[in-house]
Amino acid sequence: MKDSRISFTRTEYILPALAALAGLSALMSLCLGAVAVRPGEVLAVLLGRGSGPAVPVVLYARLPRTCGCLLAGAALAAAGTVIQGVLGNPLAAPNVIGVNAGAGLCTAVCAALWPAWTAAVPFAAFLGAFGGVLLVLLIAERTGASKMTLVLAGVAVSGMFSAGIDTVLTFFPDALNGYTDFRVGGMANLSMSRVAPAFWVVLAAFLLALSLAGELDVLLLGEETARSLGLPARRLRLVLLALAAALAGAAVSFAGLLGFVGLIAPHMVRRLVGEDSSARLLLAAALGGAALLTLCDILARTLFAPYELPVGVVLSLLGGPFFLWLLLRQRRGRGNSHA
Amino acid sequence: MLEVKNLAAGYPGRTVLEGVSLAVRPGRVLALLGPNGCGKSTLLRTISGLLPPLGGEILLDGKALGDYNSRQAARKIAYLPQSRTVPRITARRMVLHGRFPYLSYPRRYSREDYEAVDRALEAADALALADRPLPELSGGQRQKVYLALVLAQETETVLMDEPTAFLDVRHQLEVLALSRRLAAEGKAVALVLHDLSLALTMADSAAVLGEGRLLALGGPEEIYQSGVLARVMGVRLDRVYGPGGWRYFCDLAEED
Repeated sequence: MKDSRISFTRTEYILPALAALAGLSALMSLCLGAVAVRPGEVLAVLLGRGSGPAVPVVLYARLPRTCGCLLAGAALAAAGTVIQGVLGNPLAAPNVIGVNAGAGLCTAVCAALWPAWTAAVPFAAFLGAFGGVLLVLLIAERTGASKMTLVLAGVAVSGMFSAGIDTVLTFFPDALNGYTDFRVGGMANLSMSRVAPAFWVVLAAFLLALSLAGELDVLLLGEETARSLGLPARRLRLVLLALAAALAGAAVSFAGLLGFVGLIAPHMVRRLVGEDSSARLLLAAALGGAALLTLCDILARTLFAPYELPVGVVLSLLGGPFFLWLLLRQRRGRGNSHA
Repeated sequence: MLEVKNLAAGYPGRTVLEGVSLAVRPGRVLALLGPNGCGKSTLLRTISGLLPPLGGEILLDGKALGDYNSRQAARKIAYLPQSRTVPRITARRMVLHGRFPYLSYPRRYSREDYEAVDRALEAADALALADRPLPELSGGQRQKVYLALVLAQETETVLMDEPTAFLDVRHQLEVLALSRRLAAEGKAVALVLHDLSLALTMADSAAVLGEGRLLALGGPEEIYQSGVLARVMGVRLDRVYGPGGWRYFCDLAEED
């Protein structure tokens, strides 16, 4: 780690810079598309002073999508940060350890059985995500698993949940019709009515996670040390994983099985703000994740215009190689070391 | 003062130690000695409250350890575990976590906490390392930071599991000198040590564990004379009188 000597003065600027980046990408996301709208006009529309054809384009076609990107990106990145910290495993992320797939299964079941209850979907997704995380945690504890075993267990759990989603879709082929690209994750045709309930779940879970950042810091010292400092480590680990599940579940409930934001964003911001403070890391990850997903979504819909790729495809194209690079780095034993 | 009465320690279904009675007294350094697997670490983890005792009593200042909640206990007993992770944080941040037991939700570190951290870093001779990230430090330097973490807890009792493991001889001697200083300040110190010569030279008393129980408890002289340490470790223990008192050394036992 050459760049690990991070001065505090530098990190002061990183959070505002990431916020600016997220804001800028949101603005771009509102401007770009089949009909280009000038940034000034977008701002006017947002402030309620717009007129003409730009109003419906910005407010109804693009705003839900942009909000969805910001929210899902922030939520998945924060979930990834928490999961990587709690499990002490840089390879862990919501899509890797079966959290997303669990959320996806419950979303599918909920949408199949109670199609009218869109507001309940984020909660169902949370239950599925928490189920996924508990299953993987149980496997990890029972086997005293290594970092690789945890990832493999996640693959198995994800596979099972995926099969569940397929089964649901066999019997209720229309269950996920509201979602354009559920299986890879996409933001097309999003409506505010689906984003709004998820927003409240994400907000609550994120604030709670932020308030527990001090505990997470201590948990990172290892379970023995954490407990000797008076931290109820096991209970806290469950609480934090539940919060991560709520974050990831809420994102999946409207965006589908988006992969890799929760893996990439935490690693990127760790290089920027260091790991001294989990609170700062969580904030940076949320902002970075929001910006990353929004930018990927812009790429997805402009790259081959007028055709649109689901944003999940772009993410996987970026995230797959990144994950392989992490794997190789683990192999060379450059992960979290122990004395 | 930490007192142990007729303690049974171990894991569910596997008792490691039975019938252990001893005390970790203020102003004294107690060395826990014994062969690998004899239960030294298990004992230390049990009396620090990390492992529930299987039987017997653990009294902290005359009150059962189980009656303290985990944060109260962490303000009384500091424990340095054997396996120590190396998070990617600066030394000062690491030591700051030693103040955790003094905070309540949501955690905000205060000016006093930062002052306690600087005192701890200075006492552990790690002030110069304060702003360096842990992964960049050498084993000996990291150990100083860990000791500072323990000191920042400002507890009356300090328990350390193999604080000298993987250290070169100078760092080993420094760790032991620090333990002596802590005892001189009135703290109660207990250490698991593997180096018998160092242990007998610097500890005020030693507890010899083996065969699933406490075999002997007493001052170095007493322990040496009884011969139990040499027997349970399977070595020959000798001593010579040199500058600074008796010096102990080990040899392979003669076959007979």
